[in-house]
Parts: sequence; structure tokens; C-alpha cells
Amino acid sequence: MLPELGHFALILALLLAGLQAFFGIAGPMFGRERWSAAVIPAVAGQFVMVATAVGCLVASFVGDDFSVKYVAENSNSALPVFYRVAALWGAHEGSLLLWIMLLALWTVAVAVFGSRLPRLFAARVLGVLGVISFGFLLFTLATSNPFLRLDPPAGDGADLNPILQDPGLAGHPPVLYTGYVGFAVAFAFACGAMLEGRMDQNWARWTRPWVTAAWAFLTCGIAMGSFWAYYELGWGGFWFWDPVECASFMPWLVGTALIHSLAVTDKRGLFKSWTLLLSVLAFSLSLLGTFLVRSGVLVSVHSFAADPSRGVFILSFLIVMIGGALSLYARRAPLLKSPAGFELGARESFLLFNNVLLVMAAGTVFAGTLAPLISGALGLGTVSVGPPFFNPTFMLSMLPLLALLSIGIHASWKRGRLGTQRRTLLYTFVAAAVLGCGLVYGIYSHGHLLTPVGATLGLWVILSSLVDPVDRVRRRLSLPRAVIGMTVAHIGLGIAVIALTTVQSFTSERDVAMAPGASTSVGGYQFRFEGVGPIQGPNYEGVGGTLVVTRNGAPVAVLKPQKRQYSVQHQVTTETAIHYSRGNNILVALGDDLGAGRWSVRIQIRPLVSFIWIAAFIMALGGALAISDRRYRLARTADAVPAEAAPERA
Amino acid sequence: MINRFLIPVVAFVLLVVVLAIGIKHSPEKGIIASPLIGKPAPQFSLPSLADPTHAVSSAALRGRWYLLNVWGSWCGTCRDEHQMLLDVRRSGRVRLIGLDWRDDDSQARGYLQQLGDPYEFVATDHDGRTAIDWGVYAAPESFLVNPQGIVVYKCMGELTPDIWEKQILPRLSQPQAAGS
Repeated sequence: MLPELGHFALILALLLAGLQAFFGIAGPMFGRERWSAAVIPAVAGQFVMVATAVGCLVASFVGDDFSVKYVAENSNSALPVFYRVAALWGAHEGSLLLWIMLLALWTVAVAVFGSRLPRLFAARVLGVLGVISFGFLLFTLATSNPFLRLDPPAGDGADLNPILQDPGLAGHPPVLYTGYVGFAVAFAFACGAMLEGRMDQNWARWTRPWVTAAWAFLTCGIAMGSFWAYYELGWGGFWFWDPVECASFMPWLVGTALIHSLAVTDKRGLFKSWTLLLSVLAFSLSLLGTFLVRSGVLVSVHSFAADPSRGVFILSFLIVMIGGALSLYARRAPLLKSPAGFELGARESFLLFNNVLLVMAAGTVFAGTLAPLISGALGLGTVSVGPPFFNPTFMLSMLPLLALLSIGIHASWKRGRLGTQRRTLLYTFVAAAVLGCGLVYGIYSHGHLLTPVGATLGLWVILSSLVDPVDRVRRRLSLPRAVIGMTVAHIGLGIAVIALTTVQSFTSERDVAMAPGASTSVGGYQFRFEGVGPIQGPNYEGVGGTLVVTRNGAPVAVLKPQKRQYSVQHQVTTETAIHYSRGNNILVALGDDLGAGRWSVRIQIRPLVSFIWIAAFIMALGGALAISDRRYRLARTADAVPAEAAPERA
Repeated sequence: MINRFLIPVVAFVLLVVVLAIGIKHSPEKGIIASPLIGKPAPQFSLPSLADPTHAVSSAALRGRWYLLNVWGSWCGTCRDEHQMLLDVRRSGRVRLIGLDWRDDDSQARGYLQQLGDPYEFVATDHDGRTAIDWGVYAAPESFLVNPQGIVVYKCMGELTPDIWEKQILPRLSQPQAAGS
């Protein structure tokens, strides 16, 4: 009964999403007040129906209903309950349902927090969100229904993919999708403004918190995925430039650019058409990511069961949504006028460079991700694009970005002269260079050419970001949350740069064959292999090894990596063991059984690698602080504030 | 003057063309070509599922076309393709041999009792060694072997009516290449 109820709820949700789209867009268009008002009940109804569908599927998972095909394929009676719930988004159909659920949540949030928006504009925004919901619900029902039954029912399930049987599954997809889907709100705000044919500084102020929120979730989601890959996949990497990673990274880069261009539009009324375009692009790249992951056109560790008919559907959806929005943009953007110019060297020009460089970075990632497709389409054969392409091209735009950030953060709006800030600039740079080179050559005593550059830039970003808040505190001026948030996010970026630099420069790694009792030394630590013994889990068995780690004779840790064989899917997973010591992450993983008790063992020491993820959370925290600023909560519908009347920096 | 605001939409149209070609190519790209194709099928001699004391061997298969289907009662997609396998058996166009991969004999028998048995016989590969010889990546997989014992086609994943009609039937009706 429950699966049918869920299926039915999903069909009702589709109808309600259709009504939401129709009332939201047609109401304001034909001046029908009551149609526009009807959009709110449609939003509420759609949310209730989607939540019902999700509830039904969760109940089927928890209750081991193996007559439901999706449950039979992704769960098992021996699977712990925690994973039975998370298995909901363990494969294509359920993760689409999660996507729809999160979109419904964002829509409700817009309806609730947007109650102070102009009524017609709010209706248009909800209408555009309704179109997106409709598309995804139709996609689910037509090609990816998670409620299909098996006849006869399976005796037991085929189990969840063992790699996914990890707490990471509970966190990474929902948080990442929340970010992905959140850009739909910015997209809808942009489409709403373009449908209305009007866009002012108020628009930018309404949009900013939504973009920042989506961006903060996306930042956390990407970091969680990176951390998960690091400890679960068994080879100790944290970023692979995998097509799906790239698919989440492109909206992140464009979203970062959007946050900064929105700041200019909000404060100065400039970059209007550019901001609109970025709002459309951020979500378009999320949609494109969905297409790449689920159509099977690219090969990735995240591959879902590929099905060309799904690809055709998503491509049609992309054409309607992105093509529609960009056509609207081509018609409406030329009408937007910017009120005033700015001098070269003013904060505006630094933010313009920021945008150019971030979009350039997104462009290179885009090119690298799609290169295999493009060369395939042109009949040039298979190409594979990896770190040798991505790392240098990405740095090409990131290094100038960091330098310009450290300088531009001192610049003032509109006027181009740095004036008294010139001295601050020099002091922070010298301090960063001394500290950076000291860090590299004092602690590690060697490094690549770029090592001191990376360390210096990272430190410079941190020091520069602190100048303005420290100055405000000293002069007993107010310190708005928006400024604190910006500072925290930039400090997070600086920490990430330093951590990435040290990890890239000073990782030591060895793969060694070890017999019980054998010892080896890597990066100043000694490892003694004690052999392996059998282990037994709820739905797996395997072997666990023991390595005793010492440093100059003093004990550091006892690491117990495992090799698990899952009983239902016969898949072997490698469980790494990680110890955190003196800023280093010591990771060991069991490789192959070489016979006679000998095993190949991977030992890897990555300095400061944890700070990459910590830095991402600091950045997201900065976003959260910025959203909590009072100015987003007050006077939402007040008339446009002249730019000069809003002097605080954000 | 050309409207510069048209640039994004034009770029998007180009992207759509690339993606459309990508979709068109992807079904072939998804297939991991087996190195076995054009080579003699690996030999095996394994206990029969029907009677584990009795061995079944690939030696008995020479001289006629056969389709080796790798499956397991634990495999969800195998369940999906089962009806197709019953249809193949009914058509009588090719001998259908099962390789029960890393399975429990009693569960496998229960599975065939419940869903019907399409196989002429089933060899049980408990430790998965034979599957390794055949380069099995994930169940289900089906290998088409010609009367000379040469693997001519490999189907990764579910055997669909489409694959049966477009890939397998044409090969069955082809005259045998001389000398192979």
C-alpha cells in the first residue's frame, strides 16, 4: 500500500507543481490577482505531497519491503537501519526524489521568508521554481520512478553498494544537493526580474542571502565529499578532478563570482546584466552537472546506472530551462542601465577582476570536463583530461585572484586612489612573505618553486582580511555581521590556500610489501606491521591489519586498516586507518594479499590536509554570518537606498 | 551592432549540440569492450547446479552456438532480465548456459524454481575463478560463443529485447567466416 500511496503523492505533487508554475507566471502576466495569490497554497500542497512520497519510500526501506524494486536493489535485511534510511539517496531514483524534496523545501523557504517581497514578484519567483519542480517530478515519474514493484517480490535485497555504507552517505549528498538546488532560487529571482523587466538594487539585496546560503551549503557539501573520498576510496587523495567533482565545482566557482557581483549591484547598482547572467549560469551549471552524472555520457566514480532515455529527457529540460532563461536574458538585459561609472583601482574594478578570474577558472574546468565529449563529438577519439591539465590552468587564474583580493580588499568604492592604504598593503605583504617563507624553509626546509608563493599568498589574504575589522574595533566603530562574515570567509580561503600548498608540496607516500614484524620508515615516522587477523561485521567479513607507528622510538599510534568483503554484493572495500599527529594526517591502507602473511601496504603522510576541509567549513561559516546581518531582515520593501547612503563594506 | 547579450544563448546552442552527440554515442561508449572477443572461450569444468556431484564442462559445448549467461540469485538486474532469458529459451535460437556466480546452491535453486529455469544447464562457480577467466565485471553478463568456440559478442548488464534483436540475432544468422 505505502509504495502506491507514495507514487500517488508524487503524481499529485506534479499536478500541484504545474499549478504553481501556471499561477505564478500567468497570474502577474495577465494581471489576475487571485491567480497570483493561488501560488502559495500550491507551494504548500506540493511540499506536503513530496514529503509524503519521501516518507513512504523511507518506510519501505526501513520495513524491508523488497517488493519495491528500488528497495530490493539498494537495501538488504542485514543492512543497519541507519543505512537503510540513507540508502534512499544511494542510487539514481531516490537521489532524484531527494533533489525534489530539497527544491520543495527551498520553495517553502522562499514563500515564508519572501512574504515581504512585492507580491507579484514573489509570485513570479515561485512560478519559476514551480517550472523546475514540474520538470524534475515529470522526469522522476516518466523515467525513474522509485516506487515500481517487483512481481514476485525479491526474497532479500541486493544490498547497498558497500562503498556507500559509510556515514559520509548520510551527510554528503543531502548537503551538496541543498547547495546545488539552492541556486535554483537565484535563478528564479533572475527570471522573475527579467519577466518583470525591472531590476534594481533592492533586487540584489533580496537575492544576496539566498545565493550566500546556497553557496555555503555547496561549500560544505563539496568538502564532505572530498573528505569521504579521502578516507573511503583507499588511495588517500582528496580531489581527483573527476567529472562529477568538476560538475559540483563549476557552480561553486560561478556562485562565488555571483556573491561578489551581487555585492557590487547591491552597493553601487552596477554590473546588473552580468549579475543576472551569473544567477542564470550558476543554476544552469547545476543542471548540467545533473545531466552529466545521470545520462552516462561521462565516466566517473559517481556513475549512476546510465540510461540514454534519461539523458534525452534531461537534455530537453536543459533546453527549456536554460535556453528559455538565456533567450529572456538576450531580450531584457540590453534594457538595464548602469547609473554611474567607477575609476580603475576602485573596489568595483577589483571585483570585476575577481569575476573575470573566477569565471575563467570555471571555464577551464568546464573545458576540461567536456573535452572528452567534444573530442568524441568531433570524431577525434577518446581523450582523458586529468590533473596535468586542471592543476596548472586552475592555478593560472587562482594566483592572480589571491593577489588581487589582498590588494582590492583595501580599495574603496567608486574612487580609485588607495592613498593611506598603500602602507598597510606593503606591511601586510612583507609580513606574509616573511612568515610564508619562514614556514616553508624553517619547518620543511625544502619545497617547489610555488611553495613559498602559495604560503605567502595565503597568509597575505588572511592578514589583509583582518585589517579592516581590526581597524573598526580599534576605532570603536560598529562591526556589522556582513563584514565579519566576509572576513571569516576570506580567512577560510587563506587557510585553504596554505593547506593546499603544504599538502601538494610535502606529501610523502610509499607502497611497501610488508611481512609480519617488518618495519619501514616514511616521513620521519616508523611503521611496524604486526600482520592481519580476521574480522566480522554485520553484513561483511574480512581481515584487519595492525601497524604500530612510532616517531624516534616514542609511540604515536596503532593503526588498524581493514579489507572488507561484503557478503551480498561480493564487493571488496578498503577501509583506511588515519591518525592525526603534529598537523600531519598519517593514512595507512591494506593493498593486496601477497601470500604467506605478506601484504602490500600504502602509507601516506599529508601535512595540514585536515585544514583543507576545516577551511571550507570556515568559509561556509562566513557565509552563514553574512546572511544573519540585520540589513537583510529590515526594510525589505523599502525604496532603493542611494549607494552613497550605504557606506559600510560588505 | 550585434547584440552581445545573445552570446550566452548562442554558446548554449553549441553546448546542446555537443551534449546531443554525446548521448548518441554513449550507449556504445558504455560498453567495456571485452578482450575476449575474437578469442577462444575460456575452458571450465564445474559442478552442475542441478546435481553438484556431476560436473559440467565447456568441452561439451563445441559445435553449436551458445550464450553463456553469468548470474546470481543475489543480483537484482538478473531478476529483471529473467523473463527475457525465458523468451530466449523458448525461441530455441541458441543454447543458453548459466554460470551461477558466487552463489549459494540452495538459494540459486529456489530462485530458478520461483522464476522458471531458462538454462540448458547451470555451472556453479562458487569461488568466482571461472568468472575471472571470462573477465566478468558485474552480473549479469552474457557471452555469445560460436560453434568454433570463439567469443563473438559480450553483453554487459541486462540482456534486453533490443540487444537480442540488434546484436545477437544478426550474428547468429551470419554465415561463418572461413578459417575462424
